[in-house]
Amino acid sequence: MNVTQATRLVAEREIRVKLRDRTFLFGTLFFLLIAAAGTILPPLFSGGPSTVAATESVAAPLRAAGLEVRVVPDDRAAEQAVRDDDVDAAVVTGPAVLAMDDTPDDVVKALSTQPAVRLLDPDAVDPVVAFLVPFVFAFVFFITSQTFGVQIAQSVIEEKQTRIVEILVAAVPVRALLAGKVVAGAILAFAQIALIAVVAVLGLQIGDSGGLLTLLAPAIGWFVPFFLIGFVLLAAMWAAAGALANRQEDIAAVSTPVQLAVMLPFFAVIFLNDNATAMRVLSYVPFSSPTAMPLRLFTGDAAGWEPIVSLVILLLAAGAFLLAGARVYEGSLLRTNGRTSLRTAWRERESIG
Amino acid sequence: MTRTLRLDGVDRSFGDRQVLRNVSFEVSAGRMTGFVGANGAGKTTTMRIILGVLAPDAGEVSWGGTPLTRQDRRRFGYMPEERGLYPKMTTREQVTYLGRLHGMDAAAARRSTDALLDRVGLGERGDDLLETLSLGNQQRAQIAAALVHDPEVLVLDEPFSGLDPLAVETVVAVLRERAAAGAPVLFSSHQLDVVERLCDDLVIIGDGVIRAAGSRQQLRDSYTVPRFELVVEHDAGWVRDHPGVTVVELDGARVVFDLPAGTDEQPVLRAALARGPVRAFRPVSPSLTEIFREVTQ
Repeated sequence: MNVTQATRLVAEREIRVKLRDRTFLFGTLFFLLIAAAGTILPPLFSGGPSTVAATESVAAPLRAAGLEVRVVPDDRAAEQAVRDDDVDAAVVTGPAVLAMDDTPDDVVKALSTQPAVRLLDPDAVDPVVAFLVPFVFAFVFFITSQTFGVQIAQSVIEEKQTRIVEILVAAVPVRALLAGKVVAGAILAFAQIALIAVVAVLGLQIGDSGGLLTLLAPAIGWFVPFFLIGFVLLAAMWAAAGALANRQEDIAAVSTPVQLAVMLPFFAVIFLNDNATAMRVLSYVPFSSPTAMPLRLFTGDAAGWEPIVSLVILLLAAGAFLLAGARVYEGSLLRTNGRTSLRTAWRERESIG
Repeated sequence: MTRTLRLDGVDRSFGDRQVLRNVSFEVSAGRMTGFVGANGAGKTTTMRIILGVLAPDAGEVSWGGTPLTRQDRRRFGYMPEERGLYPKMTTREQVTYLGRLHGMDAAAARRSTDALLDRVGLGERGDDLLETLSLGNQQRAQIAAALVHDPEVLVLDEPFSGLDPLAVETVVAVLRERAAAGAPVLFSSHQLDVVERLCDDLVIIGDGVIRAAGSRQQLRDSYTVPRFELVVEHDAGWVRDHPGVTVVELDGARVVFDLPAGTDEQPVLRAALARGPVRAFRPVSPSLTEIFREVTQ
């Protein structure tokens, strides 16, 4: 059996155990519900076209706009219909629009003439969407890398704490253990996100907001490789942090640097996303590039070659962190007397591997 | 072909504390070799080095005449001193998993797991989560975990600690089977009486140095002067005055005494018969505890 096969066995076990973990299953279900609710419900709440009471003389343009018209004999009857809540609005002589407490935009629009609009920058993004999308990207990367990262560290500590690690290390190369955990984490994280994405896309189509999807597609396309490689980078750090600890209780203390490496880029992207210079820098820094670069692509600020360069930088960084993480992991995995310092772990690799 | 596990001049330090010094011994095929020493003498470190969990600073471990490789070690069965399996997995599942990690295919690992769990008396609890088992049953699971891949060599660190007497018998029987099938079995224990009953060969370690190694009989012969027990009808106090005798223990009619090596013991028996009836006269093999005390002093 070689390292690849051992890695696969380790990854399979991690995934199997995780899929039986109730916390994980309920968490996933919860995210799915949010994704479905967030995409399907808003259009439903906004309701269908307004119902309008009007005399026959003004009904034609309203019907043409697709509104539901109830013909009334005169303006008083129209007003009464609004007061009785039989209709959303009424059109009376003037013409004037009557409604209770909310301006019926579709009615107003049906009665107005609109000037022709020529967009000079047609790719520019709706400001609301432009505000929301950075949050979504940053949150997805932050939450998943955090959740699955902590789980990788916990799984490393569990093996250390129960001492089963000694049997494992005698049977398979240490690197296979590490690789199996990182691979399993990446697969689970990615599968969870993909599932949520599928639900969100279906939701957008049901809610008839498909336009946003076309707009987001290229950014999402780039987000996938950035996410995967960025996740591997952080997973290596989480595994090494876990190996330094000796009990689950130590996890907070050993993972502070990793937490910072996740948290700082998250806030940087959230707060600086309208600062072009800052975003340019962030989109090349390995820890923030997984969210910053897809964002710049979304807003159309990045040239075609930029994501490729950034991805290569991220890939190199992930490789370096994986090697360093493996070394720390090997150096501390079998030290079961209290916490291991990073220095000791780095210098004294223990197993024959 | 007999295959021997052999350690040659193994040194190991932790920081500036040297825990193993020039450790050399052999574990022969088909023999149960007991590995005894005080706490901190270096037993666990030695076993970890055999399994490749620790690297030696100097020296070598060989198997069948060639240095041990990872592929060889994968066919070893190991039970570490500090026990542990995955608490949130069933016994059956994790023993199967460990079988697969040792290179078995899925079907073979499952078959072997089922057979072993029955053998160690866990057949019915096999699908319970490990954490719900009693400590004794977890220990049985650990034995199954060490044996699932039908190992060629067994290295067991304190396999009997924490076992109830019934489980000890089960484990002893299983280990004997493996030895009879030709596997070298190395096990450490601080329960010297268990080791004495079980082992064919013995390795005694003290302060990181091998103090004695060989078959149980050899050790008995070479580490003690001839010792005899005599039981007579009345008081045996006169034996004290017999030429050459050193009395070890005197209790009324019963006496245990040593003679200088090479001395004939029959004159003592004749002297006893001359004084009256002799109820018993026999050579006394020193217990392992005595040998242990002697070589580690």
